[in-house]
Amino acid sequence: MGYFSNIFNGVKTLLTGMSVTGKYFLTSRKGAITQQYPDNRDTLKMFDRFRGEVIMPHNENNEHRCTGCQKCEIACPNGTIEIIWDRGIDEETGKKKKKIDQFVYHLSMCTMCGLCIDVCPTDAIKWGQNFENSVYDRTKLTRVLNTPGSKLQPGVED
Amino acid sequence: MNNALSITRSIHDWLFSIMPESVASIVEMVLIALVYLGIFAVAGLFLVLIERRVAAWFQLRIGPNRVGYQGLLQTMADALKLVSKELTGTDKADKFLYNLAPYFVIISSLMALAVIPFSMEFQAFDINIGIFFLIAISSIGVIGILLGGWSSNNKFALIGAMRSGVQTISYELSIGLSLLTMILLTGSLQLSEIVAVQKEGWLIVQGHIPAIIAFMIYMIAGTAETNRAPFDMPEAESELGAGFHTEYSGMKFAYFFLAEFINMFLIAAIATTVFFGAWLSPFGITESIPLLGVFWFLLKTMTLVFLMMWFRWTFPRLRVDQLLTLEWKYLLPINLVNIVIMAFLVWTNLIIKF
Repeated sequence: MGYFSNIFNGVKTLLTGMSVTGKYFLTSRKGAITQQYPDNRDTLKMFDRFRGEVIMPHNENNEHRCTGCQKCEIACPNGTIEIIWDRGIDEETGKKKKKIDQFVYHLSMCTMCGLCIDVCPTDAIKWGQNFENSVYDRTKLTRVLNTPGSKLQPGVED
Repeated sequence: MNNALSITRSIHDWLFSIMPESVASIVEMVLIALVYLGIFAVAGLFLVLIERRVAAWFQLRIGPNRVGYQGLLQTMADALKLVSKELTGTDKADKFLYNLAPYFVIISSLMALAVIPFSMEFQAFDINIGIFFLIAISSIGVIGILLGGWSSNNKFALIGAMRSGVQTISYELSIGLSLLTMILLTGSLQLSEIVAVQKEGWLIVQGHIPAIIAFMIYMIAGTAETNRAPFDMPEAESELGAGFHTEYSGMKFAYFFLAEFINMFLIAAIATTVFFGAWLSPFGITESIPLLGVFWFLLKTMTLVFLMMWFRWTFPRLRVDQLLTLEWKYLLPINLVNIVIMAFLVWTNLIIKF
């Protein structure tokens, strides 16, 4: 190629490139691919498979569905779940029975793999929808999932 | 007689009435310097914000829009953060030069700001060699970059600084020659006279074809002069970390960063003055309101700044040999021929005047 055709080619290709980016610039308002941080926390509905944190739902009588079988604790690959349990007297039969004292969940160690939730025979733990997990103190990441004074929901073990 | 002038004139008179002449002139200089420092800081921060928003739009992103309305306070927050940061340095750095370098860069761009005619009266220093002064000052900044890269005792910083030296010295020629082409039309280096000539049509219209070629060369060389992409080899992130300011942190880094953006503004402002009639309104539509001159000046400058941002987010970075080929084999010969053409046009009076 000659000297001058080089120059004209160069200018032409540069202008082609600028027209491409210019089109993107003009359409960016409609086609922005980034999403903004959700401000509508009250009405926000996360999608079903969202893995925010492990929670233990309680019903209105402060009863949960955890029997303390510790299958989740065994299934967890990195020791996120620690179940502190003891034996209490069952009121109906009068026999000694295993019940959970504290279901300790270390969010800081959790990788959200979901094995504990898959393995739970009574669906006692579920995925929570909370996505704002940052705290100022590391110890706040260690959580007790069962509320104080809660007990096993009757009929779960049947 | 417009308002801005009468205010400055009355302040001037008041200052000279309450104190002796020598003190008053010093106080006036300090006041003007402070005003320009304020403009400098605000313009720099504002340009950084614009750059980030424009970059975001080019890349189909949204950009900073959280701090203040549409993110207007984002760069203020960034500047506060940078002020509060620790100033680090390397162990075996040449401490004196290392600390001196950012001030070279920032002072050179501040000095150049003084001669820019923002409006008919809003010009701090109407020197009779204005364009010459601007060219001279804009090459002082590279000394700061060289010093910063050399004294950091870091190989990446040194490579970046040397590349910057090569680049600025080469492209200085193109800037000078393309401005010289326009000087042939005006016959004066004084910026106020350059603007006065353009009352009969902006120089890019007066000089038509050679003026447009000169403008294109000026914009290419100006982009290289400010070390912006596609000529950002001095700070090529993928090759050199951060280039010449790798070892700088906190406010010293911010000085380099601000100076880069002010230089971009300056290059656009010089182009506005020399090619697009500075504060003159198109077809003289607002000639009766001189205060609007600032508006027209800033509008034209911002359009050119946007053009430079457009370059940055479109073109890939050049190699060093491509950079030098572009300058020495293409821009420089074209420029020299262009001057001859322009001289011929002026001689035969083929320029367009209204």
